[in-house]
Amino acid sequence: MSTIEITGLHKSFGKLEVLRGIDLRVEPGEVVCVIGPSGSGKSTLLRCVNLLEEPTSGSIRVAGVEVTDPDTDIDAVRRGIGMVFQQFNLFGHLTVRENVTIAQRRVLKRGRAEADRVAAENLSRVGLTDKAASYPAQLSGGQQQRVAIARALAMDPKLMLFDEPTSALDPELVGEVLAVMRGLAAEGMTMLVVTHEMAFAREVASRVVFMDAGAIVEQGPPAEVFGKPREARTREFLHRVLEPTHVSETEIGAHLTD
Amino acid sequence: MKLSRRRRQRIVRVAGYLVFVLVILVVVAAADWGRLSDAFFRGDVARSMFPEAITVALRNTIIYTLLAFVFGLTLGLVLALMRLSSILPYRWAATAYIELFRGLPALLVLFMVGYGIPLAFPDREIPGGVYGSVTIGLGLTAAAYMAETIRAGIQAVPKGQLEAARTLGMSHTRAMVSIVLPQAFRIVIPPLTNEIILLTKDTSLVYVLGVTPATIELTKFAGDTLNTRVNPTPLVVAGLLYLVITLPLSQVVRALERRAGRER
Repeated sequence: MSTIEITGLHKSFGKLEVLRGIDLRVEPGEVVCVIGPSGSGKSTLLRCVNLLEEPTSGSIRVAGVEVTDPDTDIDAVRRGIGMVFQQFNLFGHLTVRENVTIAQRRVLKRGRAEADRVAAENLSRVGLTDKAASYPAQLSGGQQQRVAIARALAMDPKLMLFDEPTSALDPELVGEVLAVMRGLAAEGMTMLVVTHEMAFAREVASRVVFMDAGAIVEQGPPAEVFGKPREARTREFLHRVLEPTHVSETEIGAHLTD
Repeated sequence: MKLSRRRRQRIVRVAGYLVFVLVILVVVAAADWGRLSDAFFRGDVARSMFPEAITVALRNTIIYTLLAFVFGLTLGLVLALMRLSSILPYRWAATAYIELFRGLPALLVLFMVGYGIPLAFPDREIPGGVYGSVTIGLGLTAAAYMAETIRAGIQAVPKGQLEAARTLGMSHTRAMVSIVLPQAFRIVIPPLTNEIILLTKDTSLVYVLGVTPATIELTKFAGDTLNTRVNPTPLVVAGLLYLVITLPLSQVVRALERRAGRER
């Protein structure tokens, strides 16, 4: 059974059609990286998987459960899906340890001792054992994002969603977050990652999905999508992202007067 | 002669100080200090007010304030959640309540609770006597203001906080209770403290309900003493006792705002 099975997914915000018929499968243990220009619908696609956005039409099955079915207990489905946000969204009034234990205690009803043990395990996994007593505001962006990953992992998810996890970070902090994600992938976690980090996608992804204008333009192993993209739109996007200093004036329609 | 800019600024500044000192000197010279102190600072009159000024009057003022505040805060929280509800009639009801009670004078509401309701239902009684009437009479108005404050606080918590909580499998209610409201209250502590200060002063309206020597509060107590001693010193004493409550609270607000400013 596929971990994620999306068929005919459409999503509109008012008159704006953001997703125009998406079909996508993610198998257990796969790391799927979604790339594409901003506004192409990548984040919306990710947010539909755990129903942070309500699809306009189409079907989304997560581990066989239809999440768009009104009778589905969405809280139960979400328990099995970890999510990491661009803006970290750590709970500012709680310490790092409490951030990682609160959902274990309140949702999974784990006891304090067990929740603390799981928290310590996951904080050590992301290399932040010594920050358990700190508040999020005292941490760097990279550390906050690693706590956010630990918080999600503490719920023992079967699937992790990453929504541009490094886009809000200073460049020198990107590496520590990617290292944690690479470790997760190596352990066999099923991951759906929206990212602008092409090097990460090329190295870690089992499959790369290129989206543009609310549709999947092409997908395949990273060596294929990055090495010999079939579609012109993919080539143009990769050219602009991978060689930004080589984008020519005529390409962007600039008319310099002299 | 042409003056440098710095020199001109200095002259203006010195002139400013001089005007201030001059005004103070004129006031001091013109005042009739003997009469002022006889009227407002009579030691024997002031002494005669104690200890009741503190053990009864100040105590009741604080009790009325706290009762009305707790009632207003509870009702205000309910109203704030109703205003943010996805169920339209709740939003309507809360909006109507808030607009109504923000538009009415506190004194009118107090009359309504103290006299209007008892006249309409003579066979029933508001529990707690004058304490009950004050709690409701002042709390109803305070709730309207606090509801708006709390609503603003809830909306000031970034949307991502609720999303992150829901993503972890929390229900909407659980996420509100554990994640959003604690942060919202941190944001609204300064404005809510201001609300306590306003309520403290509004308790001076309580005398219209007809208080007994046991339920008397500061303003009425001062007024009564003024009548019996035919001297306004009690007003000064009462004023100072109000400041004993409100000045520390203003300091608390300022300290909290400074702290919030640092955390940003």
